[in-house]
Amino acid sequence: MKDASQTTGSLFEFGSKWDYAPAPEARDWVKIQSRYELFIGGKFVAPHSGRYFPTISPSTEEVLAEVAEADDTDVDAAVAAAEEAQRAWIALRPGERSKYLFRLARAVQERSRELAILESLDGGKPIKESRDVDLPLVCAHLFYHAGWADKLDLAFQGRAYRPLGVAGQIIPWNFPLLMAAWKIAPALACGNAVVLKPAETTSLTALHLARICQEIELPPGLVNIITGAGATGAALASHPRVKKVAFTGSTEVGRRIQAATAGSGKKLTLELGGKAANIVFADAPIDQAIEGIIGAIFFNQGHVCCAGSRLLVEESVAGELIEKLKDRMRTLRVGDPLDKNTDIGAINSEAQLKTIEGLVKSGEEEGAERWSAPCELPGKGFWFSPTIFTGVTSSHRIAREEIFGPVLSVLTFRTADEAVEKANNTMYGLSAGVWTSKGSKSFWMAQRLRAGVVWANTFNKFDPSAPFGGLKESGFGREGGRQGLSAYVEIDG
Amino acid sequence: MNANTAVHVPATIIASAPRIDRVMVEERAASFSKRSLKKASKVRGLRLAISMMDLTSLEGKDTAGKVEALCRKALRPLDRDPSVPSCAAVCVYPNLVPVAKRELAGTSVQIASVATAFPSGLSPLSIKLDDVRRAVDFGADEIDMVIDRGAFLSGHYAKVFDEIAATKEASGKAHLKVILETGELGSYDLVRAASDLAIAAGADFIKTSTGKVQPAATPGVVLVMLQAIADHYRKTGIKIGMKPAGGVRHAKQALAYLVMVKETLGDDWLSPHLFRFGASALLNDVLLQLEKDRLGVYHADDDFSRD
Repeated sequence: MKDASQTTGSLFEFGSKWDYAPAPEARDWVKIQSRYELFIGGKFVAPHSGRYFPTISPSTEEVLAEVAEADDTDVDAAVAAAEEAQRAWIALRPGERSKYLFRLARAVQERSRELAILESLDGGKPIKESRDVDLPLVCAHLFYHAGWADKLDLAFQGRAYRPLGVAGQIIPWNFPLLMAAWKIAPALACGNAVVLKPAETTSLTALHLARICQEIELPPGLVNIITGAGATGAALASHPRVKKVAFTGSTEVGRRIQAATAGSGKKLTLELGGKAANIVFADAPIDQAIEGIIGAIFFNQGHVCCAGSRLLVEESVAGELIEKLKDRMRTLRVGDPLDKNTDIGAINSEAQLKTIEGLVKSGEEEGAERWSAPCELPGKGFWFSPTIFTGVTSSHRIAREEIFGPVLSVLTFRTADEAVEKANNTMYGLSAGVWTSKGSKSFWMAQRLRAGVVWANTFNKFDPSAPFGGLKESGFGREGGRQGLSAYVEIDG
Repeated sequence: MNANTAVHVPATIIASAPRIDRVMVEERAASFSKRSLKKASKVRGLRLAISMMDLTSLEGKDTAGKVEALCRKALRPLDRDPSVPSCAAVCVYPNLVPVAKRELAGTSVQIASVATAFPSGLSPLSIKLDDVRRAVDFGADEIDMVIDRGAFLSGHYAKVFDEIAATKEASGKAHLKVILETGELGSYDLVRAASDLAIAAGADFIKTSTGKVQPAATPGVVLVMLQAIADHYRKTGIKIGMKPAGGVRHAKQALAYLVMVKETLGDDWLSPHLFRFGASALLNDVLLQLEKDRLGVYHADDDFSRD
């Protein structure tokens, strides 16, 4: 390797004097079927249409399996199965429901390694994240809600409540199993049954979850998994006997779902896009803020709705901070998602890669200055180097639109008021971050930032007991905590 | 420098030291231990770690015999395999420097001596400086001094600064390692401030601990000190060395520290010139792992010489 300081302008040489050998997680023992059917009424059944679509590994473009495509008839069958199961489910004593959910949580925990490998293979995220973040959070959500199932009187503080019936749940490809857990756990805990549709690029972990449901003898029909693309999701969301729709995904699709469910009496929660401001004051612990910035935008290749994709930095420290940020980016390891030393994996799909490339091009054309970390990208698969834009103004597309990739837009501010104004000047309102050594300043900012969650001196921290959700075009409704439970019941009075 | 600036400069260094966030620094520090080091990279890392060791014996019961054994172990850590590199140095009390000098003259192994009323540092400056000069006269190549933590914690930064500067002068050609005794400083903010102060006063190396106080080197503390070194290098282009000491007992810990160095300061610091481990028990654990890699099975403890 050449002298890094000459080729990339760093004072430090992050070279190959001592390199890490490849450390791939073994995958052979994880049995992937060549074909996956729909999971309806506790059984795996062929789709009515007889159609299947391939699911690939975005890091190699290898076809992993083919997955059934559900049509209206399949959706109808799934909803019918869920309705029947829900009547039996609600007839159980709450303690029995709780036992089933704890059993599910334990089974998923025991199978964590298999599910993590599958998540990285099918979705492209580094094994380090699926193993250390996704799966532990999946289990935490299942356990947390299992605990609520027989304590709902406490959750709703004595008010009368009743389950809704069948929940139709549509989830995205960025945290496939985690989003499944976020949706399924509170629905079942509150006495509902579910029909869940995973994203078409990442169906496998939900289907393995279906197998686990079968193995632990969860009552058939309580959890139904139907796979497919947009048409399947639309059929589910607009099915007349679905009483509740929960959607996580893009704002554009969220709008369509809201239009389709309007006037139907369905309950609706939407968790949509974001363009979060991550605000760094001059008095911040700078080296730790650097870690927070890296985690905020490069975690999961930036495929995170609450990603800190707009960095707002106080002008007096901007130069030093950007220099440090670039140095930190030079140490990020981009590559094989199954290598335990990979920090940044593959972009989830070719379509998403095109979206990212398009927005990055607009940033260059609008005059912002692009810098990408020097790294070798694999020849096959979908990849994008960690990138930052400096010289960004609030009117640039890269400062307004959600890129959903490893691309950070850096803006500067001079006063706290200006930081608040810039941070709130977005159509979204999902999350925000504040970095300062002064506690009072954190609270002052949190009061003024219009975002569902504000992190102080940290970012992307999740806990099942903390409600998560957005303001403005980031959606409505909360997931997690007592607030999240209330989306799955009707409360009298 | 007049009396006013002499007080003012150290106070400014302390006041302008960056604040440290405990939660995030510990999270980052822990992340280095998650790197998976296999096969050739593990072996190279372990050999590198040996070449960076200051093999240490700092007990009241140290004798010439003990130090002779220590020197031979440092020179040839694994008798049956001459390809295993020598340690960087031995670290002993001043009275034992002549013994080490006799054993190690003409070899690559350096002789480090603790001085300045180690480990408390609570003696008059003249005695501390005399301690340093004697150690250098006896043949020490490196001086490991302690800062006066009492002075530091009571806000007498100029006293700490001046003592380091005077020790540096008394050390002459010997390299100066400044021990902050981070276990007595109580916060990452103060670890960072003390690091900046020691570097400004003339330290060639900054070192975490004497080994006599718990906690000694921890990943969080070492990361904060490496970041102080990084900031100094950015500002001045001068490379300061780092030495975690105490608490590093296992090969796995040593490798995690090397990962931390590689990803914080880069290749230049992956060298005994700029990074050392102060250790005694660590060497045999590293040898155990190296032999395991070579033979595929673990040796028994007693297959390695104790010193």
